[in-house]
Amino acid sequence: MTQLFDNFHPIVVSLIKITIVFLGLALVVAYVVYAERKILAHLQVRLGPMRVGPHGLLQPIADGLKLLLKEDIIPAGADRWVFWLAPVISVIAAFTAFALIPFGANFTITDVNAGLLFVIGISSLGIFGTILAGWSSNSHYPLLGALRSTAQLVSYEVALGFAIVAALLLAGTLSMKGIVYAQAEMGVWFIFLQPVAFFILFVAAIAETNRNPFDLPEAESELVAGFHTEYSGFRFALFFLAEYTAMVLVSSIAVTLFLGGWLRPFASVRALDFLNFAPVAVFVAAAGWCFWEALRLPAAREWRWQRLLLLVLGAGASGILVGLLIPGSAFPGAAAEDQPTFPVLEAVQGVFWFMTKVFVFLFGFIWFRGTFPRFRFDQLMDLGWRFMIPLGIVNVIFCGAGIVLSQRLGWNFIASLWLGTAATLLVAILLTRGRS
Amino acid sequence: MVPTWHYLLLSAALLTIGILGVLTRRNIIIILMSLELILNAVNINLVAFSRQWGDVSGQVFAIFIITVAAAEAAVGLGILIALFRNRDTVNADEIDLLKW
Amino acid sequence: MLFAQIIFYLLAGVAVVSALLVITRRNPVHSAIYLIITLLSVALIYLQLQAEFLAAVQIILYIGGIMVLFLFVIMLVRLDEALRQEQFNRQWFVAGVAVVVLAVELIGVIYLGRDTALGPEAGPEALKALQPNTERIGEALFQTYMLPFEIASLLLLVAMVGAVLMARRRVE
Repeated sequence: MTQLFDNFHPIVVSLIKITIVFLGLALVVAYVVYAERKILAHLQVRLGPMRVGPHGLLQPIADGLKLLLKEDIIPAGADRWVFWLAPVISVIAAFTAFALIPFGANFTITDVNAGLLFVIGISSLGIFGTILAGWSSNSHYPLLGALRSTAQLVSYEVALGFAIVAALLLAGTLSMKGIVYAQAEMGVWFIFLQPVAFFILFVAAIAETNRNPFDLPEAESELVAGFHTEYSGFRFALFFLAEYTAMVLVSSIAVTLFLGGWLRPFASVRALDFLNFAPVAVFVAAAGWCFWEALRLPAAREWRWQRLLLLVLGAGASGILVGLLIPGSAFPGAAAEDQPTFPVLEAVQGVFWFMTKVFVFLFGFIWFRGTFPRFRFDQLMDLGWRFMIPLGIVNVIFCGAGIVLSQRLGWNFIASLWLGTAATLLVAILLTRGRS
Repeated sequence: MVPTWHYLLLSAALLTIGILGVLTRRNIIIILMSLELILNAVNINLVAFSRQWGDVSGQVFAIFIITVAAAEAAVGLGILIALFRNRDTVNADEIDLLKW
Repeated sequence: MLFAQIIFYLLAGVAVVSALLVITRRNPVHSAIYLIITLLSVALIYLQLQAEFLAAVQIILYIGGIMVLFLFVIMLVRLDEALRQEQFNRQWFVAGVAVVVLAVELIGVIYLGRDTALGPEAGPEALKALQPNTERIGEALFQTYMLPFEIASLLLLVAMVGAVLMARRRVE
């Protein structure tokens, strides 16, 4: 893969990578929406979308087409220009930050020295989309939603910052790739060294993306739809896209910081090297499922399109499978000794694990939505300012203390960090005791 | 490479625009925004000099200035809210209680 | 002209034009949007000056913090009346003349002193002192400028207390 890229001009390579990431993300985001509907449905013992395509697999496309064809309404009295600008800001902010996310060891659009700060900064620009949408709609509910959203995002950004600092203390670098390499070097993901920081990051991420149980800015039962009440058609689709992209983005940040980025689980254990074939297993399972479902469909004529689609999908999965297993000897210039046995598999390995972890994280988001009732606004603020932020500060202090203990006194690194975590948990108990 | 004095010209332009805003506008919110413009002009100078000398101190000064700007914005907007609550205006020249 | 130069003049033009729009718009929200554009182009200029950390700080603190605060306050304040009033005060003509004089003076001084006052530009090897940027700034901030750093944190604390105190509703 890398030799292939080396022959092009750097700008061309960047453009190719940007296109791949953008298209891939659009696809992933569309199917995260589908996955959310499906998973929520199954959590509630329903079936979810089943009509459009086999198991509703074409539902995202149908939804997108529907939104594109709807009339584009701008309310009277709205500030037209700002109204137009707001969803664009949201989408651009959500997508731009992916330029710095390391999807794999060789697959990053760019990696800069202060990378993590840029990711956080760019993603925090998305808040302007919310504020401006709420203000420019010239309507009560959007304005209230925007005010709530701003207060919520500003509050939880502090907690998010402290959670990130804890991981940075361990990594010693702000470069996104450097953070993953630091985890590879230590041989342990940071979640096992800083579980409290991961917890804070997870909660703050839910709050930052306005998801349940912190979805007050668009609380349906109170604010109609919050800041995008007045939006319809294509502009609404942009907000929708931005929201789910932001979900994928915070998941990617969390995966990079705490879950080892593109690293395979137990990357240092040679006995588990068979895990390298997990992508193959996934595509075998996908192809098998498609063919099995195609067989299982009733023989009636009305099912023929669904069957055809399933067969096409199965064939696609099989094709990818074959592509993954192209042996190294099939490539020109394969004489080199260090050529891996399956170069294609090797190349997509990192991206596969990264996306798998991101999906696990996203599943957590959806699970939360299916499980928790919405917070009240004062409860939200109380949790943020009087529990999350103090806990974050204490965690950073004890994490630093643990690192100093291990460096100056030669204590075991992991043990001293766990001592710090235990102390943090003690403080957390004290913090919760004073509350009702 | 862009010569340093071009950065200084940009900084001078932002500075004069900022001063113009502070001196001529009536709306306090926009006056505060013009102040931000002035502080940014200073920052551009500092960072350009930092590159000119190959010394990181200029960037550190710029960070301090951003800190001051944050403090200034917080206090300024706090004053603005208190003022709006008491006098029901956001115009700088209507706040003349201490004038005689 | 080099790619980097084109980028700089583009960014500088955007910054100046949107700065002009900041001080001329009637509606503070539009002003705030243009100020965000100015700040963003300044951040990109920092990036071009090899100050990555500062560019990130500019985006996070200035745009993500201060400007959000501005917009938040604009939404809290009722502006309908102020929008209909005269936007410029009575001394605008005197102020304009004074500012034009200042601008001419500044441009003249910078142009005349462009070669003599500044001294030679640092070469590529001197620029190595700025990289890796975050590490260099960290060292400078926590070693050379430790005391100012602590004073700055004190300043932020005072500002926070002051802002809360002033924005608070009087409890009778």
